[in-house]
Amino acid sequence: MLKLSGLITVLTTIGIIWVLFSESFSFFKEVSLVEFLTDDQWTPLFANKRFGIMPLISGTLLTTVIALSVALPLGLTIAVYLSEYAPNKVRDVLKPLLEILAAVPTVVYGFFALMVVTPFLKTIFPNISGFNALSAGIVMGIMIIPFVSSLSEDALRAVPKSLREASYGLGATRLQTAFKVMVPAASSGIVVSVILAFSRAIGETMIVAIAAGQQPRLTFDPFVPIETITAYIVQVSLGDVPHGSLEYKTIFAAGMTLFVFTFILNNLSFWIRKKFREEYE
Amino acid sequence: MSQTGHKIQSKNVDVFYGDKKALSNINLDITPNSVTALIGPSGCGKSTYLRLLNRMNDYIDTFSMTGEVLIDGQDIYSSKIEVEELRTNIGMVFQKPNPFPKSIFENVAYGLKIQGVKDKKLIANRVETALKQSALWDEVKDDLKKPALSLSGGQQQRLCIARALAVDPKIILMDEPTSALDPISTAKIEELIFELKQKYTIVIVTHNMQQAGRVSDYTAFFYMGELIEFDETTNIFTHPKEERTQNYITGRFG
Amino acid sequence: MNKVQINRIKDKSFGVLGLIATLSGLIILGFFIGQILHEGLNRLDMDFLKDLPSRKPEKAGIYTAWVGTLWILVMTTLFAFPLGVAAGIYLEEYAKKSKLSSLLEINISNLAGVPSIIYGLLGLEIFGRVMHLGNSLLAGSLTLALLILPIIIVATREAVRAVPNSLRMASYGLGASKWQTIWNQILPASMGGIFTGVILAISRAVGETAPLIVVGALAYVPFAPSGPMDEFTVLPIQIFNWISRPQHGFAVNAAAAIIILLGITFIMNGIAVYLRNRWQKKINW
Repeated sequence: MLKLSGLITVLTTIGIIWVLFSESFSFFKEVSLVEFLTDDQWTPLFANKRFGIMPLISGTLLTTVIALSVALPLGLTIAVYLSEYAPNKVRDVLKPLLEILAAVPTVVYGFFALMVVTPFLKTIFPNISGFNALSAGIVMGIMIIPFVSSLSEDALRAVPKSLREASYGLGATRLQTAFKVMVPAASSGIVVSVILAFSRAIGETMIVAIAAGQQPRLTFDPFVPIETITAYIVQVSLGDVPHGSLEYKTIFAAGMTLFVFTFILNNLSFWIRKKFREEYE
Repeated sequence: MSQTGHKIQSKNVDVFYGDKKALSNINLDITPNSVTALIGPSGCGKSTYLRLLNRMNDYIDTFSMTGEVLIDGQDIYSSKIEVEELRTNIGMVFQKPNPFPKSIFENVAYGLKIQGVKDKKLIANRVETALKQSALWDEVKDDLKKPALSLSGGQQQRLCIARALAVDPKIILMDEPTSALDPISTAKIEELIFELKQKYTIVIVTHNMQQAGRVSDYTAFFYMGELIEFDETTNIFTHPKEERTQNYITGRFG
Repeated sequence: MNKVQINRIKDKSFGVLGLIATLSGLIILGFFIGQILHEGLNRLDMDFLKDLPSRKPEKAGIYTAWVGTLWILVMTTLFAFPLGVAAGIYLEEYAKKSKLSSLLEINISNLAGVPSIIYGLLGLEIFGRVMHLGNSLLAGSLTLALLILPIIIVATREAVRAVPNSLRMASYGLGASKWQTIWNQILPASMGGIFTGVILAISRAVGETAPLIVVGALAYVPFAPSGPMDEFTVLPIQIFNWISRPQHGFAVNAAAAIIILLGITFIMNGIAVYLRNRWQKKINW
């Protein structure tokens, strides 16, 4: 019985892969893989249907890159501050408080992006669209700060304390110790946290569905509406698309693309973590 | 003998961790160019005392102290002292070998680099000198680029000593430097300590009575946060004045 | 200024920078919650909780949405809690260090990283089409159960692993069987950690929007669901729907509904943190 429940997780994985593969397979019977990968238009819901996934990928990467350029500098600074500077009592209060950022439902962040951040950005960049990648990306970045900061801080704390002391003993400041000894020693754990944040940003749905728009567009302009893979799936799901139609299959082909990205990232992080663990034992 | 090492004096030193008193009224003068062993049972305060000398306790949130620690007459806890500069004058070797996960060369060069030394030739010279001083040069001279963690435990500890020597300190603090090592490595380190005292003032915490007897000129016996007895090592081991010292040395408690 | 002083200034500056970075995250969160309260608090009254959805923002309420969320919460827990805890115990106490167990480990770590919307696609196809559950509460809660299963499994394993081996040995030494040891010793000792993980996982499920949209949960349902096979909506979807509308009145509604949703999320997280602290204090291995 217990064993069966363990196997459910395997069945889930098999289920995901089977569902994505089978529906994508019948999608690729109608649309060539070459068109899917090379066409620069994604218009399955229009009369003139084109099936190039690149605009969705570029939208996904654009919001992800913006999110990471917010979350990485902040998250890593916070991690170093919490592990190397903050007194224990301060850390014990601040760390769980920061983790609230990751517990807030994403639809709430979507509201924030659309109703607060975009109007604010409009005062700086008057020609920014009501839907844009910048606002969604920034808010997504705020959301994933704790992924970077908490996991990186854990990695820094896992470095033997004696290394820190050795560095202090040689006359290094906390800053020198942090960046010349601790961060390099914790690098694999920090890389894992960055990869996981990356993977989280790629798969994030509601913020981009609400604030980034629904216009697949092959661009890296952060001021115009775009569409991510996830937002496209939501857009189709909200409509009434009959099962078995080509439109229905597109969401599985899009989902498959997303899954391949996150699958690679997750396995990379798992592999790094495993290597890292062996180093310390 | 030239007096190149420094003198360390402690006056009425009390140390607290929160409400807990860890050291009580310590008065101790450490002679330059000698080896002073700190002995006593676990938790007696000997490591706390050692770490007091290079302000290693500074980053412990609950740490506080009263009294004075003077190095060559200067109070190291005065606000005029730059703690980083102080520590470059005081090398420290820890209980377990703790080389950085960098190459052998980078480990020894670390202290110079954080001081902002850029002259590559100078760094290379100092690294070589330090490795020779710590009797490691012949074993690693062809492998300076290898990761320090690939060395054996005994070699790692000698590397840590070289790392401390490279910044040219005046005092060396050793916190049970051989407790994690095999007897052969221990013997090598002890030999090294004997060499080093020509140039440096050395303070060593040890659990090992025989080691204290072998390497040190002076011995301080700590018990429950107090300095019970301080004298020349031969006197402590042959004619201790205090009964508690006698009991500890003869192994009646520990 | 000499090198040491410059280094000291750099050192101190980074400390200040770090504190600012840490606080900026919290200030943004606080500012945001302030905005939501400012927008939505006045809209919040008993009628808002009791009203059905409507085309007119001032008449619309969240009755169907919070009833749906409650159903989802209960049903998801019913599926995910026993399964997740059982799987966690199996992996920690029974599974041999073998190819299979390391495969399970990679698999669970992978599942935890699969975007939630992919679970929606899984639910849509397997529960919706193959098992003919359509866009019912049952299909939605099964989907969310699969989504949070890895979280519960990982939390259970960590809690069980934290139980010292001496307790197991003591129990075996008294002649207890493996199952008796787990049931009488290990489970009670690890319950705090398990509950903490389960509550955090369920709080995550309550806030999920995307997978339920994909499974086919509706933005508009005229009546509250009364059974597991009924169509449904949930709070996050209601919020999403309102945000997407142009009239400002709906944005106010969304803010008011967000207050309720955040309230539920924070209460659950608070309970989890409380349990974790109490559990850590009570048992001092």
